[in-house]
Amino acid sequence: MNDIDYGTPAVASDRYVTLEIDGVTVNVPAGTSVMRAAVRAGAMIPKLCATDSLKPFGSCRLCLVEIEGRRGYPASCTTPAEAGMKVRTQTPKLAELRRNIMELYISDHPLDCLTCAANGNCELQKVAGQVGLREVRYGMMGANHVADATKDESNPYFTHDPAKCIVCNRCVRACEEQQGTFALTIAGRGFESRVTAGQGLPFMESECVSCGACVNACPTAALIENSVIAQGQPEHAVITTCAYCGVGCNFKAEMKGTQVIRMVPWKDGRANEGHACVKGRFAWGYATHPDRITKPMIRATTRDPWREVSWDEAFAYAAAGFRRIQGKYGKGAVGALVSSRCTNEEDYLVQKLVRAVFGNNNVDTCARVCHAPTGYGLGQTLGTSAGTQTFKSVEKADVLLLVGVNPSEGHPVVASRLKRRVREGAKLIVIDPREIDMVTAPHARATHHLKLRPGTNVAILTALAHVIVTEGLLDEAFIAERCEAQAFADWREFVARPDKSPEATEAVTGVPAADVRSAARLYATGGNAAIFYGLGVTEHAQGSTAVIAIANLAMATGNVGREGVGVNPLRGQNNVQGSCDMGGFPDIFPGYRHVSDAATRELFERTWRVSLQAEPGLRIPNMFEAALDGSFKGLYCQGEDPAQSDPNTQHVQAALAAMELVVVQDLFLNETAKYAHVFLPGASFLEKDGTFTNAERRISRVRKVMPPLAGKADWEVTLGLANVLGYPMHYEHPSQIMNEIAALTPSFAGVGYSKLERLGSVQWPCNDKAPDGTPYMHVNGFVRGKGRFFNTQYVPTDEKVTPRFPLLLTTGRTLTQYNVGAQTRRTENVRFYGEDLLEIHPHDAEERGIKDGDWVGVQSRAGDTVLRATVTARVQPGVVYTTFHFPESGANVITTDNSDWATNCPEYKVTAVQLVRVEQPSEWQRRNARADEEQHRLLAGAAKA
Amino acid sequence: MTVTVYVPGDAAALALGADEVAAAIAETAARNHLDINIVRSGSRGLFWLEPLVEVVTGQGRIAYGPVKVADVPALFAANFTTGGDHSLLLGNIESIPYLARQQRVTMRRVGVVNPRSLDDYLAHGGGKGLAAARNLTPAEIVRLVTDSGLRGRGGAAFPTGIKWQTVLDTAAVQKYIVCNADEGDSGSFSDRMLMEGDPFCLLEGMAIAGRAVGATQGYIYVRSEYPHAIAALNAALEAAGDWLGDFRIEVRKGAGAYVCGEETALLESIEGKRGIVRSKPPLPAISGLFGQPTVINNVITLASVPDILAQGASFYRDLGVGRSRGTLPFQLAGNIKHGGLVEAPFGCTLRELLYDYGGGSRSGRPLRAVQVGGPLGAYLPASQFDTVLDYEAFATIGAVLGHGGIVAFDDTVNMAKQARYAMKFCALESCGKCTPCRIGSTRGVEVTDRICDGEEDQIPLLRSLCDTMLHGSMCAMGGMTPYPVLSALNHFPEDFQ
Repeated sequence: MNDIDYGTPAVASDRYVTLEIDGVTVNVPAGTSVMRAAVRAGAMIPKLCATDSLKPFGSCRLCLVEIEGRRGYPASCTTPAEAGMKVRTQTPKLAELRRNIMELYISDHPLDCLTCAANGNCELQKVAGQVGLREVRYGMMGANHVADATKDESNPYFTHDPAKCIVCNRCVRACEEQQGTFALTIAGRGFESRVTAGQGLPFMESECVSCGACVNACPTAALIENSVIAQGQPEHAVITTCAYCGVGCNFKAEMKGTQVIRMVPWKDGRANEGHACVKGRFAWGYATHPDRITKPMIRATTRDPWREVSWDEAFAYAAAGFRRIQGKYGKGAVGALVSSRCTNEEDYLVQKLVRAVFGNNNVDTCARVCHAPTGYGLGQTLGTSAGTQTFKSVEKADVLLLVGVNPSEGHPVVASRLKRRVREGAKLIVIDPREIDMVTAPHARATHHLKLRPGTNVAILTALAHVIVTEGLLDEAFIAERCEAQAFADWREFVARPDKSPEATEAVTGVPAADVRSAARLYATGGNAAIFYGLGVTEHAQGSTAVIAIANLAMATGNVGREGVGVNPLRGQNNVQGSCDMGGFPDIFPGYRHVSDAATRELFERTWRVSLQAEPGLRIPNMFEAALDGSFKGLYCQGEDPAQSDPNTQHVQAALAAMELVVVQDLFLNETAKYAHVFLPGASFLEKDGTFTNAERRISRVRKVMPPLAGKADWEVTLGLANVLGYPMHYEHPSQIMNEIAALTPSFAGVGYSKLERLGSVQWPCNDKAPDGTPYMHVNGFVRGKGRFFNTQYVPTDEKVTPRFPLLLTTGRTLTQYNVGAQTRRTENVRFYGEDLLEIHPHDAEERGIKDGDWVGVQSRAGDTVLRATVTARVQPGVVYTTFHFPESGANVITTDNSDWATNCPEYKVTAVQLVRVEQPSEWQRRNARADEEQHRLLAGAAKA
Repeated sequence: MTVTVYVPGDAAALALGADEVAAAIAETAARNHLDINIVRSGSRGLFWLEPLVEVVTGQGRIAYGPVKVADVPALFAANFTTGGDHSLLLGNIESIPYLARQQRVTMRRVGVVNPRSLDDYLAHGGGKGLAAARNLTPAEIVRLVTDSGLRGRGGAAFPTGIKWQTVLDTAAVQKYIVCNADEGDSGSFSDRMLMEGDPFCLLEGMAIAGRAVGATQGYIYVRSEYPHAIAALNAALEAAGDWLGDFRIEVRKGAGAYVCGEETALLESIEGKRGIVRSKPPLPAISGLFGQPTVINNVITLASVPDILAQGASFYRDLGVGRSRGTLPFQLAGNIKHGGLVEAPFGCTLRELLYDYGGGSRSGRPLRAVQVGGPLGAYLPASQFDTVLDYEAFATIGAVLGHGGIVAFDDTVNMAKQARYAMKFCALESCGKCTPCRIGSTRGVEVTDRICDGEEDQIPLLRSLCDTMLHGSMCAMGGMTPYPVLSALNHFPEDFQ
C-alpha cells in the first residue's frame, strides 16, 4: 500500500560517492542525503519531518546518526553523503536519543491511537514503535495543545485537528514547495508554534486551494481526509490516471474492496510527481452519485417518458434507428462524436465504428471546439499536432511565456511547476486580457503582463516577432540549419514591416509598445524559453494563425528541440490529446494520416475488412447545420455534451431537436441527453481499463478499481452496438484494442500494456526508433523535415464592440469546477464555486449601476442570459468574463458561431455584449428551466415503465 | 578659545542622564558666554562613573564623574573646563586604573572619538586597514586575517580566515557580508558600545571583508532594542559617502527575537521570513543570504579586522594565549561593583576580571556564581574563578567564553531558580523548529519546578532531558541551554535539595 519514503528527494548528479552505512557499501549521486543513501543500504532511519517530496528540514531530530570522525549526532536528512563516510544508524546512544525525543513528542500528543483516524497509517505511531517508547516520564499533565484544541472542519474534504499536530512543518512546506500557494504558516514560536492557515483563519476562508498537498504530507491525523475519518484506512491501492484535465496526473486509488477511500497523487507519476489539485484529489464522489444512470433507456420522441430496457434492446433500438436513417437519407446522414473524457481505446472504437460500420467519416471530437487550431498550426509549422516537451522540462527553462492560458485554474499541477521554476529565478511573461493568478503568484511574480484586448493575440505575437527580427535577436544558425529558407525570408520581410511594430499595434492591442519590446527581448535572449498556451489562443477567429505565430517565435529564437524550451499547448480534457491521436476527426485516421491518403486507407481497409471513404466527413458545426437543413439525422454522442459546451446553445438545441435519432452515452442525463432517444449508461474512469494521453503526449494507464455500475465499460458499449449493426468486434480487453492501434499507427507502434506496466507511462512517438517514447520532439530536425514559417497577418474579428454591444465577453475556467460541470457539480466543489459569475471592472459596473452580487442581463447578437456580477479589477475596463460550468447559466447562449478560419474552432473568447441590471432570469433560462423540469419528470418514470 | 567637552551619547550613559547633563552644560556655558563645543562620544565603559564628562585641556582629557545635572553649576564654579578641582574630578582619563591597565585594541576609539565624524575617525588611525586592503589581493587579505588568529567573537570562535577563505573560494555572481549585531546575551554590550562609539570601524571592517571575498553588499542586522546604535550606524553610513568605494551597506532592524542572533535564523530574518534556524550544511559561507555565499560575522570580529590589516597579522597574533589570539572586550555585569567594559588579551583569569577590575560584588557579599557567555553559558563556582580566559580552557571545564559577557551573582542566589530560568529563557526564545528545544524547554521548566517543590527524584529526568537537548538540538539555543542547567546542578547541588 505505502511506497518507500526515501526521506529526501532524489538528486541528479554525474558524480557518485561511495560510503559505508552500517557496514554496507553504497554508491549514490553526490549531494544525496545520508538518509536516502541509508535506504539504499537497507537501513530505514526513523524520521518524522522528512519525506521525499520535500526538501530536508532537519527539525524532528529523530534521524540523528553517528559519523566516524565527526562530533555529535548529525541529522541524516540534512547531511549530504560524502565519499569515504562511515555512518552508523543504530547505536545505544542513538537509541536513547531517539526514544527521549519521541517521549517529548508524545508528552504533547493525545493517547487516543485506537480511535484515531490515522490508526494503522500514522508515522508518529510507527516511529514510537520503532524507537521502543514505553513511558512518558514527564507525565501527560504538562503544558500541551491537546486539551483545548479545536478542530477546523471548514473544508469539505479534510479536517485539521491541531491536537494531533507535531509541528513538523510538512504541511507548510508542501504548500510552499509543491503547491506554491503559501497559504499555511507557523504562527507563534517555541512551544506555541502552531500550524495556521493565513493569519489564524479557517482553511475555507484562507488562500488555501484545497490541493491536498498538506494532507498528503501530514504524518499524523492533524490533516486527514474526511473520507478516511468516516470510513477508516484503505486496504489496497491501484495506480490510475485522473479523468479531469489534460495534465494527466497519476493517482493511487486507495480502496476498501470496490469502494474508493481516497485518491492520493502518485509520486512516481511522471506528469504530476506526487502533486494534485482539488479536482483529482477530492472531487471523485460523482462516480457514485445518485444521479448516475445505470440502466439503458429508450424513447420514441423526446416528449416521451424514458423506458428502462435491457442492453440488447437498447442496442437493437439504436442500430435499427441508424440503419433506417441511412436507408432513408443516405449513408452520410449519421455520425458520431468521440469523447475526450473516454479512453484511447474507446475513442478508437467509436471512430472505427463510424468509418467501418456507418461507412462514412462523420466523426469529430470536442477538440474541434478547443485545440483543433493547435493540431493545424503545429502540424503546418513543425509537423506534429502536439506539445513538444515533457512537463518536467520546465525545470530547465529560464523564461516562461504564457499566452492565453490560466494554469492555476485550468492546469493547477502544471501551474505549481511553473511557479516553482519562477521562484527558482526563471522569468515569467504573461499575455492575457485578465490579471490571472500567475501574474501575482506569491514569490513568483510575472516580469511582464501584457494585458491585451481580447481578440488581438495575432497582433501582439507578430509584434513580438517584429522586435526579434528588427533588433537582431534571431537565432540565425538554428534557422539556417532547421527551417525552410524561402518561407523564412518571406516571413522575415513580413514581420519587419513597420505596421507590425509594437508601436503600430499598440492602439489595437492596448499594450504599451515598450512592454512588448522588453518582453520580446527577454523571450529571445533570456536563455531557454518555453511557451505555454491554451484556449485563450485557439478559441478565436484567428486561432490557427495565433498558434502558427507561436511556433514562428519558437523557431525564430531556436527555442525548440531540447529540454527547457518548446511549445506547450495545455490541453483541456484528460484525453483530448488521445481523442485526436485516435483519429477522432472527419479527415484523419489514427496518427494524423489524412483519409485521402490511399496507402493508409488501404492499410485500414485490409485490417478492418471494409472499404473506406476517401472524402472527409462532417465537422461538429457542419453536423448541426446539416441537421437543421435536414440532411443529418442520427448522432451517436459518447461522453460529450455539446448542448452545454458548444457555442450558440439555441442553435445547437435546434439542431439536436431536428434529428431523428440521438444516442447519448454518458454518466448522467446531461443537457444533450434531453434531446436523446437512446441513453446508454457510461462508466467512469474508475470502472474500466484503458489509457489516457495527456498534453505532453504521455500515455498512462487507467485501471479499473470497481465494476461498471451499469455492467459495461464504454468500450463494451460501442462493441455491443457494432455487433448489432452487423460488424462484430472481438475484443476481450482494452489491451487488445491497443495492440490493434499499435499495429496500425507508426507513432504508437511500440505501445503496449506490458510496456506501460514496466515504464509507468510512455510519450509518443513510441516505436523502434524510440522504444521508451519521446520526451522532446524535433530534437535533430522537425517532424515535417524543415520547420516552416508562415506569415501571420492580423485580421480583426467580426465580433467588434458597437454602441449596441459595447463590451467584450471572454470565457474561461475556474479551479474547482470542470468544463460542463457534470462531474464537479455533483461534488462538494460547489461549496467553492456554486454558480457562474460575471466579472466586471468597477468602472463598467459603476457606469451601469451594477453592484457586486447583482443580477445582470448579458446580451449578444446570439442571445441573452442572466448572470450574477462580481466587480473586480482583475478584468480590464471594457472586458467582462465568465465561466460555463453551470447549464442554467447559459453562458454559451451568448457566444456566437464565429469560428477559426482553418478549423471551425468557435470564437468563445470574444463576444460583443451589453449588460443591464435585471431582476429575473432571461427568457431562455426560464424556458430551459421548464424543459429541464420536464425531462427530469420523464426520467423519473423510467424505472416504473 | 573653544573648549571641547565630551559627554557620552552611549545608551548606558543616556540611561544615567547624560543628555540632561549635556544640556545643562551647554546652557550654563551659554549663560556664562563660555565658548564650548560639546562632543557626544561613546562611553569609556566605566559605567559606575557615568555620565562621565571629559574636558580637553593642556594636560590631556580630564574626567569628571559620575556627573548629575545638579553638579553642573558647581563644576562650572570649579572651572572644570580648564580641569579645575572638584569632588567629581577623576584626573586624566588615561590614568584611571580601570582603563589604564586594559589593553584597548578594538575598542580603543570608543569614548575617544566623535562617532558622527569620519574625519575624527581617520584622525585617530581609522581607515588605514581599508587603504592597506586596497593594495592587496583578496587572497592576501584572507591570509592576513587567517594568520592573525582572529576567531569569531560572537561566541562560536570559528577561525575568521577559514570562513572568509570558503566564501572567497565559492564562485557566485553575488556574495554578501552580514554583520551580526543582534547582541542578545544578557550582560553583554560590547557590540552596542562599538556601534555607538566607533561605527566607522565596523563599516571599515565590513568593506575589507567585502574586498577579501568579492562581496559588494553588506547588511548589519541590529536588534531593535539598540535604537542609538542604529542611528549611529545610519549617520556613519551617510557620513561615509564614497569612502567605502563600491561596497554598499544596509542596516536592518530585528524584531525582538533572541534566536535571530543565531546566524541562520538571522539570514532568514533578513530575507523577510520567520526567524527560524536553517540546517547546516549548507554553510552560510557556501549558501547563505538569498542562497549566496555569505560571510556572517559578529560586530567585534569585523571591527577587529581594520587593525589587523593596518598593523599586520603578527601585531594581533602576538596577543593572547594558546589558540585564543588577540584581545576580547569582556563585559562585567550583574552583581558587580565596577561594571563595564574590559578589553584585555586572552590569558588573564576570571578572578582578575571579577576582583581586580570589578571590585567584587556590588552588594559587598561574597560572589557565589558567575555566568560567562550569556544566558546559555555555564555557571562557574568560586572554585573555578582562576580559570584562564581562553576558549579552550573554558571548554575543558564545560563552559564557554562566548561573546565575553560576564554576569556575577552573590551568595543570595538560588541556583535551582537560575536553572529554571535557563529553561524558561529557552522556552520563551526557542524558534520552535526542532523538537528537543521546542518541547524540551517547556518540559524543562516543569521538571525544574517539581524539583524546586522538593521532588528530588526528578533530577535524573532533568539530566536526561539536558542530554537530549545537548545532543539533539538543531542549534546552540537548545543545544547550550543545558550548560547553565547542568553547571548549576553539578556545582550547586545543595540548591536542588
